[in-house]
Amino acid sequence: MENTINEIKKVSPTGRDLEGAGKQEYNITIYTENQVGLLNRIAIIFTRRKINIDSLNTSPSEIESIHRFNVVITESEEVVRKLTRQIEKQVEVLKVYYHTNEDVIWQELALYKVSTDVIAEKVSVERLLRENGARAVVIRKDYTVFETTGHREETDNLINILQPYGLIEFVRSARVAIIKDSEGFNSKLREFERLEPGEEVIENEYLNKGAKVFTM
Amino acid sequence: MEVAQQEILTQAAAKETTKVSGSVALLEALIAEGVDTIFGYPGGAIMPIYDALYDYNEKLNHVLVRHEQGGTHAGQGYARTSGKVGVVFATSGPGATNLVTGLADAQIDSTPLVCITGQVFAHLLGTDAFQETDVINITTPVTKWNYQVTDANEIPEVIAKAFYIAKSGRPGPVLIDITKNAQIQLFDYEGYTPCNHIRSYRPKPIVRHQYIEQAAALINQAKKPFILFGQGILLGSAEQEFKAFVEKSGIPAAWTILGAGAIPTDHPLNVGMLGMHGNYGPNVLTNECDVLIAIGMRFDDRVTGRLDKYAKQAQVIHLDIDPAEIDKNVKTTVPVWGDCKETLPLLTALVEEKQHTEWVKLFNEYTRKEVEAVIHDELNPTSGEMTMGEVIKQLNDLTHGEAVIVTDVGQHQMVACRYAQFNKTRSNVTSGGLGTMGFALPAAIGAKYGAQDRTVVAIIGDGGFQMTCQELGTIMQTGVDVKIIILNNRFLGMVRQWQELFNERRYSFVDIQSPDFVALAAAYRIPGKCIAEREELQGALKEMLDNKGSFLLEVMVTKENNVFPMVPQGCSVSEIRLK
Repeated sequence: MENTINEIKKVSPTGRDLEGAGKQEYNITIYTENQVGLLNRIAIIFTRRKINIDSLNTSPSEIESIHRFNVVITESEEVVRKLTRQIEKQVEVLKVYYHTNEDVIWQELALYKVSTDVIAEKVSVERLLRENGARAVVIRKDYTVFETTGHREETDNLINILQPYGLIEFVRSARVAIIKDSEGFNSKLREFERLEPGEEVIENEYLNKGAKVFTM
Repeated sequence: MEVAQQEILTQAAAKETTKVSGSVALLEALIAEGVDTIFGYPGGAIMPIYDALYDYNEKLNHVLVRHEQGGTHAGQGYARTSGKVGVVFATSGPGATNLVTGLADAQIDSTPLVCITGQVFAHLLGTDAFQETDVINITTPVTKWNYQVTDANEIPEVIAKAFYIAKSGRPGPVLIDITKNAQIQLFDYEGYTPCNHIRSYRPKPIVRHQYIEQAAALINQAKKPFILFGQGILLGSAEQEFKAFVEKSGIPAAWTILGAGAIPTDHPLNVGMLGMHGNYGPNVLTNECDVLIAIGMRFDDRVTGRLDKYAKQAQVIHLDIDPAEIDKNVKTTVPVWGDCKETLPLLTALVEEKQHTEWVKLFNEYTRKEVEAVIHDELNPTSGEMTMGEVIKQLNDLTHGEAVIVTDVGQHQMVACRYAQFNKTRSNVTSGGLGTMGFALPAAIGAKYGAQDRTVVAIIGDGGFQMTCQELGTIMQTGVDVKIIILNNRFLGMVRQWQELFNERRYSFVDIQSPDFVALAAAYRIPGKCIAEREELQGALKEMLDNKGSFLLEVMVTKENNVFPMVPQGCSVSEIRLK
């Protein structure tokens, strides 16, 4: 029995490896119907397993009436795969994909509010904008709002630069991501609308990569 | 141009619409879906629907339960025995929150339910109105789908979707919340069209022949194949297909608690029950088989025990309609996705006709050991107080395995499922996944409505009975014929067993006291009897079964009996204990 307890300790109640082996950021893309309450239905799939959502964005997709969720979590692939299946099981979800950061083009937008006086006196605004790819969105007598778009490190970088000059307010958006090898959802949706759809839309692509799954 | 306009006008005239209320549209939808029985409880926010129901009394039988939880369990019992969708009505607020336990039970046990809840007027939503509760968000985790209707025009389509979602694919509970204004609102009703397609919803994955072929190849080369079957076979109405598969392949098959009865208990290849209190052979030999074929089951932790020591030596073939079940708990070698009603015949066609004589003999050998160590004494005691097992055995002898057995949760449930004889499918109604005490009495009421020509026997512990005993009122008022056996051990027996085995007999709050159950039944004008002597057992069971109408039989059984075999929590199935 003692042995059992020791071995169980390493694993969380959800069966996840607590030592974090193989965890990395995954971008989960969810195509859904536009339905009240669906955000909650999707969110509880994560929270029930005590998985923190790093970033969540909902937006329209390339198709009118179809919504697209982008969710970022840090987990192992096995956990992410199980989550995607649970999400795809929801009645109003059409399709779920997951990708590592390498498989997507992604961006986050950040806004910074700084006192205009300080900026004018102590920093060369022009140099600051050029070096950080930032843009002044609003310049008022009392404050200036900058904007940058990029990866987390890039938006973080400007915080560090502005902090000594009294950063009044900062906000960063959720991540949006485009899948590198996706051909969009238009043709898939037509499949979904058929009564007897083809094989492609029915099954999770992970199983289509047969060689990786079977060990016969 | 004029001609075209004329045409449109004629079409509009031809399309007959009548003005009806949302409530009437709802009831018409239920009738169109073949609903004959509703389990419900009225209240303020659902009054317009009940007012409409007053005129539908002949077409729709409404059973007034005594608590909304009882309504959901009755709906579940009805669904399990009839194979149809159970329908439940409740009002807003407390009526709706009382449904949650039954919804959770139906969700985890894949039972098709459509629950209709009343809701406050749409303009009052979010104002903390009287009996307002956010029922959609409360029930989201425990429903397959839910939806709030605020406009009567939506009702026909939403109800059609609700039934389609509840019964298709892997079934489950659906809740539709209808605001009071939508129930009252008159709208142009164009009739009811059932739903057969939702573009974002795929009830069953396409059958892939390559998987069937791979599965057949594995089975054909197997020396010690073993089948695990669950409720998926019943839900897919694939009993015949399953029997054909088992008999052609000659593979021994064991069942999960909800799979009981998919093939008759005494079928030579039915080797018994899986899991924590399952049979000896099926548990031990799970870790000795070479190919494990799981059909319509989900590898619950009560079945697998410790996962990292579960069937590691075996190649696993998993047949399931729900893709999310594949690889969820046990890594699959070949996933056979699809409805087992379609996949099983394809697989049967490809497997070789075989008899695994030596391998089946091994199961029988383990059965012999289990009979010697446990079963014989449990079923045939000659002295001392009565055991739960002997009650079940006597019941089998009298009902010849033809009755519907409804069980609650705990020791009596394990004993009943282990020893009850099931000749027919849809005969075992129990709360498997959620383990809901209080399930049996209301579920038995529903089970009887779902299978009116069958004998329904509810077997309940003294603890669980006290959780929903108000449903005796439902029995009294409807006259529904349910036989009730209370196996009274004067303890919350299963918790006591664990406290004895794992907490050094520190019996913490398990010595539950009971009222005079026979007097309680009498208060509801239900005849009853309490027995404590072995000689009275057979006669009392006979009296109960022969009684026209319901009967409550309380049997005093030994206080501190334990259910064995047992796979202790955190242990491997091969570490199953016989004592």
